[in-house]
Amino acid sequence: GEGSTPGQPGVLGGAAFPFASPRFQIQPKPKLYVCTIQLEQQYTRGAPLGLRPSGSYSNTTSRENCFYASIPPSVDHPPATSSEFCASSREEKKKIARRKQKRTPCSLLARLVSRHLPLAPAVCVRGHRDAKPAAWTSADHALTGGTFCRRHSGVLQATRIFHTGQPRLAPLPPLPEYGGKVRLGLIPEEFFQFLYPKTGVTGPYMLGTGLILYFLSKEIYVITPETFSTISIVGLLVYVIKKYGASIGEFIDNLNEQKIAQLEEVKQASIKQIQDAIELEKAQQALVQKRHYLFDVQRNNIAMALEVTYRERLHKVYKEVKNRLDYHISVQNMMHRKEQEHMINWVEKHVVQSISAQQEKETIAKCIADLQLLAKKAQAQPVM
Amino acid sequence: MASVVCGFFSFFSVPVKEKKLMDVKLGELPSWILMRDFTPKGIVGAFQRGYYRYYNKYINVKKGSIAGVNMVLAAYVLFSYCLSYKELKHERRRKYH
Repeated sequence: GEGSTPGQPGVLGGAAFPFASPRFQIQPKPKLYVCTIQLEQQYTRGAPLGLRPSGSYSNTTSRENCFYASIPPSVDHPPATSSEFCASSREEKKKIARRKQKRTPCSLLARLVSRHLPLAPAVCVRGHRDAKPAAWTSADHALTGGTFCRRHSGVLQATRIFHTGQPRLAPLPPLPEYGGKVRLGLIPEEFFQFLYPKTGVTGPYMLGTGLILYFLSKEIYVITPETFSTISIVGLLVYVIKKYGASIGEFIDNLNEQKIAQLEEVKQASIKQIQDAIELEKAQQALVQKRHYLFDVQRNNIAMALEVTYRERLHKVYKEVKNRLDYHISVQNMMHRKEQEHMINWVEKHVVQSISAQQEKETIAKCIADLQLLAKKAQAQPVM
Repeated sequence: MASVVCGFFSFFSVPVKEKKLMDVKLGELPSWILMRDFTPKGIVGAFQRGYYRYYNKYINVKKGSIAGVNMVLAAYVLFSYCLSYKELKHERRRKYH
């Protein structure tokens, strides 16, 4: 772990994992911070402000070279805030001086930092820990034309400027339509123009005739059997070229045009593809404007769900309350009914008790007599 | 050897400060010749320039004619005639001209 065991300097090997080295007595911090502290330690050991000999660049990449380059004297080394950091840096100086030959931890760290450094000015330029890379880049821009870049082959990727000049020959100039004019298929037109001011139109032809006659007469050109074969071959060639030259030229031009048309097609297809992609992008970007519909719908849904649960619970509450009230009512009713029944039973019981046997007989006899009377009445009536 | 066509990229860069051959006066010719670059790099550059000059003028065009190839062949014929003149001298028809 980082800074866990200071007593085990090279357990994992200084080359493998720089964080395991005893230089770091610090608690785990984000990588950027740790690496810049390491670099500050490197520079506080009193490296001379000047170019390192190029021999030291042998086994490091160009990216790491920049960390061994000179810093312009205008940049101060920002002071450390924590005392323990100062102390550790001072006592580590000797260890670092002893470890001068070992390149790999530094190169690994340089690689780590170089990976993070382009982000550093963008990510956080607050605090002294990140002031160094920011100061490097700002100082570089302060100096004329990026001398930090020009001085070394290895360059901070963040400060190199590419493609500042005007593009030459872009787009390529088109091929000329026809070649240089040539007369008789052999002699360029420029020769005739060269002789025209002095000898007029017929000059070069006269010169040619004269030369031919001179060569023949002095036998600088010797007439051999080959001459006749030459004459016949050249005559045949001239005849063929005169007759079929144009059509062959057209045929080859067609081939060329086909090739160009193919390429043009590819180009147009690619352009169309890209345009389609652009339109798709635009449509999707336009959709971004309508995102609020989505959110509105979601909000509506949520509101409805909330409403529904609210009403459910309201209904539940109502039911519960009604239940309890019904209970009380039914209890009351039951009590009422019980009391009634009880009273009726009690009254009946006492009434029945109060009726003696004698009274009962008399009552029954009277009832029978009444019933007989009624029966007679009833018999008399339906006749009518 | 005299000028540079600006449409090609040769491996060696081309010096541009010399006058063209047509602009050199006859008296200045020796000094002009001495001023030229006779290092191997210069000579190679001169050949490259010459080649590209001819190529871009007569061959690297949309509708090139036979003249482009024809001139090269004619030059080759002349050159080989010159080389074999020594043997051809013996086939002359007359001894004294």
